[in-house]
Amino acid sequence: MEKMDKPLTKNMMPDRAFATLADYESTGGYQGLHKAITQLQPKEVQQWVKDAGLRGRGGAGFNTGIKWSLVPLENAPPYDKTQTRYIVINADEMEPGSFKDRFLLEHDPHQLIEGIIIAAYAIQARTAYIFLRGEYHVAAARLTQALLEARAKGYLGEPILNSDFKLDIHLHTSAGRYICGEETALLNALEGKRATPRAKPPFAVVSGLWGRPTVVNNVETLCNVPHILHYGVEWYQSLGRGADKGTKLFGASGRVKHPGLWELPMGTPIREIIEDHAGRMQDGYQLRGFLPGGASTDFLLPEHLDVLMDFDAVAKVGSRMGTGTIIVLDDKTCPVQMVLNLEEFFAQESCGWCTPCRDGLPWTVTLLKDIINGQGRMEDLDTLTGLTRMLGPGNTFCALAPGAMEPLQSALKYFREDFERYIVGSKAVVEQT
Amino acid sequence: MAQIDIDGKLYPVQAGDNVLAACLSLGLDLPYFCWHTAMGSAGACRQCAVMQYKDAVDTKGRLVMACMTPVIDNMRISLAAEQAHQFRSDNIELLMTNHPHDCPVCEEGGECHLQDMTVMTGHTFRRYRGKKRTHNNQNLGPFINHEMNRCIACYRCVRFYDEYAGGKDLQVLGVHNNVYFGRFEDGTLENEFSGNLVEVCPTGVFTDKTFSAHYARKWDLQTAPSICVHCSLGCNIAPGERYGTLRRVVNRYHGDVNGYFLCDRGRFGYGFVNSPKRIRTPLYQQAPVTVDAAIADFRELLETAKAVIGIGSPRASLEANFALRTLVGEDNFFAGLNDSEHSLFNTIVTIMRDGGVHTPSLKEVEQADAVLILGEDVTHSAPRLALSLRQSVRNAAFELADSMHIPRWQDGAIRQLPQKVRSPLFIASVYATRLDDVATDTYHGSPENIARLGFAIANCLDGSAPLPIDLSPAEQLLATAISDTLKKAQRPLIVSGCSCSSLAVVQATYNVAKALPSKDKQLMFTLPECNSLSLAIMAAKPLQQAFERISNGSADSVVILENDLYRRASSQTIDLFLDTAAQIVVIDSLQNKTTDKAELLLSSATFAEAEGTLVNNEGRAQHYFPVYPAAEKIRSSWQWLISVMDNSPWQHHDALTAACAKTFTALAAIIQAAPGSDYTVNNSKIPRQPHRYSGRTAMHADLDVSEHAPANDVETPFAFSMEGATAKVKPALLPVIWAPGWSSNQAINKFQEEIGGHLRGGDSGVRLFDASGSLPWFNVIPSVFKPEPGLWRVIALPHIFGSEELSLQSLPVRERLPTACVLLNPLDAEIVQVTSGDLVKVINFAGISVLKVSVLIEKTVPQGLLVITTGRPEFECLQNAMQVTLKKLTQQVQP
Repeated sequence: MEKMDKPLTKNMMPDRAFATLADYESTGGYQGLHKAITQLQPKEVQQWVKDAGLRGRGGAGFNTGIKWSLVPLENAPPYDKTQTRYIVINADEMEPGSFKDRFLLEHDPHQLIEGIIIAAYAIQARTAYIFLRGEYHVAAARLTQALLEARAKGYLGEPILNSDFKLDIHLHTSAGRYICGEETALLNALEGKRATPRAKPPFAVVSGLWGRPTVVNNVETLCNVPHILHYGVEWYQSLGRGADKGTKLFGASGRVKHPGLWELPMGTPIREIIEDHAGRMQDGYQLRGFLPGGASTDFLLPEHLDVLMDFDAVAKVGSRMGTGTIIVLDDKTCPVQMVLNLEEFFAQESCGWCTPCRDGLPWTVTLLKDIINGQGRMEDLDTLTGLTRMLGPGNTFCALAPGAMEPLQSALKYFREDFERYIVGSKAVVEQT
Repeated sequence: MAQIDIDGKLYPVQAGDNVLAACLSLGLDLPYFCWHTAMGSAGACRQCAVMQYKDAVDTKGRLVMACMTPVIDNMRISLAAEQAHQFRSDNIELLMTNHPHDCPVCEEGGECHLQDMTVMTGHTFRRYRGKKRTHNNQNLGPFINHEMNRCIACYRCVRFYDEYAGGKDLQVLGVHNNVYFGRFEDGTLENEFSGNLVEVCPTGVFTDKTFSAHYARKWDLQTAPSICVHCSLGCNIAPGERYGTLRRVVNRYHGDVNGYFLCDRGRFGYGFVNSPKRIRTPLYQQAPVTVDAAIADFRELLETAKAVIGIGSPRASLEANFALRTLVGEDNFFAGLNDSEHSLFNTIVTIMRDGGVHTPSLKEVEQADAVLILGEDVTHSAPRLALSLRQSVRNAAFELADSMHIPRWQDGAIRQLPQKVRSPLFIASVYATRLDDVATDTYHGSPENIARLGFAIANCLDGSAPLPIDLSPAEQLLATAISDTLKKAQRPLIVSGCSCSSLAVVQATYNVAKALPSKDKQLMFTLPECNSLSLAIMAAKPLQQAFERISNGSADSVVILENDLYRRASSQTIDLFLDTAAQIVVIDSLQNKTTDKAELLLSSATFAEAEGTLVNNEGRAQHYFPVYPAAEKIRSSWQWLISVMDNSPWQHHDALTAACAKTFTALAAIIQAAPGSDYTVNNSKIPRQPHRYSGRTAMHADLDVSEHAPANDVETPFAFSMEGATAKVKPALLPVIWAPGWSSNQAINKFQEEIGGHLRGGDSGVRLFDASGSLPWFNVIPSVFKPEPGLWRVIALPHIFGSEELSLQSLPVRERLPTACVLLNPLDAEIVQVTSGDLVKVINFAGISVLKVSVLIEKTVPQGLLVITTGRPEFECLQNAMQVTLKKLTQQVQP
């Protein structure tokens, strides 16, 4: 029990090897599953996870237990015939700056597998799909091996632990594209269709994969589940430092001394992550700002360092905790160019379905390039601001474009002088010639 | 009903509708692109944004997409709110970042939904300074142009083509602002409904290639309400003319029949009107004569004749047939149908009138919850019906969605939810059909075996129906399964027709329909030609009797109305008939083998220059009107016929229609099909030319600088003019659909009672009869078809391109003709030792080789049958049901 404050990473080995089934079981692995299947009803498992306060680690922060409870469990028509339900694991980690799921997948795949089985039991799904980012080939190999081990041990395929519940897990490696991280686009891609989001409602819990009730959960989310079952709700709740419960992998990249990933309690102050764990800024660099949770979150400033890494706390100061992996902006990096880099990514990754995203994002790229190339005009900043509103929440078909607008709108707010400097500077050049 | 507050005014709207459809139904202007009545909401274009408020005091509101927002009773929305207006304008600005400014050279210009919507939102000033993305275009075949640079990515094309019409070869490719709507590689669009892309596309990506070849702006086209003449369904069309040539055909909305869509034969088959084969002058003994001389010759011919018989036509108007019947006398009037068609039509019309089972409209077909097709590949025999049947299989999905409270307009969800759940569709046909991809089960067999299956189903449904003997266990099982399914349906539909040339199939179809327990059961027959049903109603005598009248000398002269008899019987029979007749008068519009034999050939108008009534397969009489005046030496058939009647009481078409209605009780209602020539609005006729018709004074200035008075039209409610009021004209009579701010075909919204419903004031046409009574069981059941070793029975089946006589003379359609070949079962091919592509000799019963043709092996063709295409001149030497032998030809190198 010595690593009980770091349940997610307790099996991580320094040599980057991965925990085999034996390794995993030696630290209490699959005990949560035993408890769930032998002692609890599916609804009770849902209740445990709900009570624990586990919120989705993919970025949206929806209560996982509540999500599960939305799946029609009774034989409500029209689904009574086959009672097919699915659980799909979103392992398509493509958010720029995020690498937390990769760590969990590569080092402790059984933790995920146990979480999947428990989740499947909770919603009575007989089939699970892991939708894995194509580039994660190390994770693919390790997951494949772990799935074989789990199957050999009787955790998959056959009725599990003498219950009448059984589950198959299929590993699907994605052909790529950021939009596959959007859960309904992911489902379309999994069905072999274009990765275009679906209209909601109906939500996936009602009509998801192949039209059946489907829960889509993030990797890290499910990795929490075995521990909640094993160690209990109260223990889990005790792990958080703020309003949110449990632990989370927090990361930092950029010009900090020790970029990396750490399992810390939810609600850890951002300052602790950047200063204590990432070792502050590299020598000669000052902290200018940071994206708290990946590329599609709003910039925060040094004045926000004491904000707690909690879903609601970060939202309160105008950003999102997102994936909890911080991208640090230093004083020698141009925020305009950083934003251009991000917008080029988002423009390229737009699925092309709805107008504002498809045609609006390329325009932001054009404008940012113009500005950087000295062809910007002051009114371009108004156009950009207009676009950040135009592409805002509710106006587009899914959350890609609103997410893409978050770094841009906050950069325009916090670093406006950097934009203006390009424009005024170019004017000065023009006047001289 | 629900009540909603739109910009402070209360409106009654349909509960459960989406807000966009509700607003459009109210006549409000709200721009949109991706939504389409027939296809539902996609939520892609984000153009129909409106503000939705929580309650009466909410001032903030939130922006929602009207097409994705359900109407809720007492909801409060705003179209005019600044935020919504600004968003719609900004959205167009985004769409326009890549759209070329090529309206002046774009075929869509002037009827472009994108133009209309851009103007409507007020976006006028371009701020985007970047480069536009560009695409390569594809050659999509003879019907459709492709100009992808104009694309605004509304996804309507693929949603129509793939999802609505079942196409496979048009896809969305690429991503982000590089999405591309096209084929995997250049090539002809394969789907039979590809032409609708022209109207579905809100801008100029997909345009009508046949129109481009002789292009005119929408505002420069003269148009009149018309009816398609290329099959029996009677789809409503709007043909457009300029400079005396027919330029294009577009859909004319009809709430019950064709809705928004046409088939490619109907849209692109019009080329025959401009064909070099048109007969543009009367010919007496092959020499051109004046109209007056021709009339005099006609008169003299009739006077000198001992006795004259008349042969009518299933592609001529009711009035023309009636005029001929009157001219020659009832006893001397023969339907120009082959014998098998003749008895089929008579049986069908009897069943339709007295069989007691309702014949549905296409709209009703779409609502059927279980369908059985006996003996038809409807995509080829009545194409537009196939599109409706393809929608009918979705009813199970709609019901499933209803049970989960997903609105029916939520298109993506409704296509996702049911997976393979479809309303049952069973197809029994000679071989694989184009609807098999959505069929529950299929059966392939000879017409006898199809009929036997039908009789067996009827017997399963109702034990008092006769039972075929010697049914195989598999067939019995299938019959039981089909009847079990049909029994459960509330709106079951049985479809059959004339493709198999089998009376037994038609009779079995009736038995099934009669045996069905549902009170809302429906029965639909397809017929081969646009006016086939009329001839059956007129009870004209069979063609065989006409042959006898000439051969036995009781008549010596024949007047043939719009009918190439060589399509009705063997060449030998027709040669003998025409060579024996002393005098032959032919009235037709296109040269053919029959017109070649005419002593007097009278140049008749096509549908585009004439008026008349057609009765479709549903028994709906519809009227078509001339689009433009016939050329100087061309007359409508009825005019030719009346010109030689002494003291004819009918000098005008209306009188002829009235007389026809009076003569046949079944046709009594035809006078209600359309208003007569005395119909005026504000004392003016309805103009065929739009307000903006240009160059009227200059059009013929190269020939004559003075402006001629427009041609006078005393026969119809229309004028060959741009003058006249249209505001109060019944929408069904409007030549062209156009509303302020709505220049494209989307203006139809303004003329419907509700979106997707009937036209205000009623759709065109009138149903002639409703089913009543009941007929006894048909009990002549054919025995099992047993192939004879070494012998094949010829069976001619229709093809959308090539089987219909008139469209075959349209050049773009000719480009789409499949290779002329015979279809053979693989086991039969083994016997003849041929593979696909090999040549065979077809040898008739007399041992004479009549045809050399290539073979295509089709595994679903029953053994013992040799399938050919109906109506193709290549197969003229083969008759349906003929017994032939086959011999492989070793391919010889052409010198």
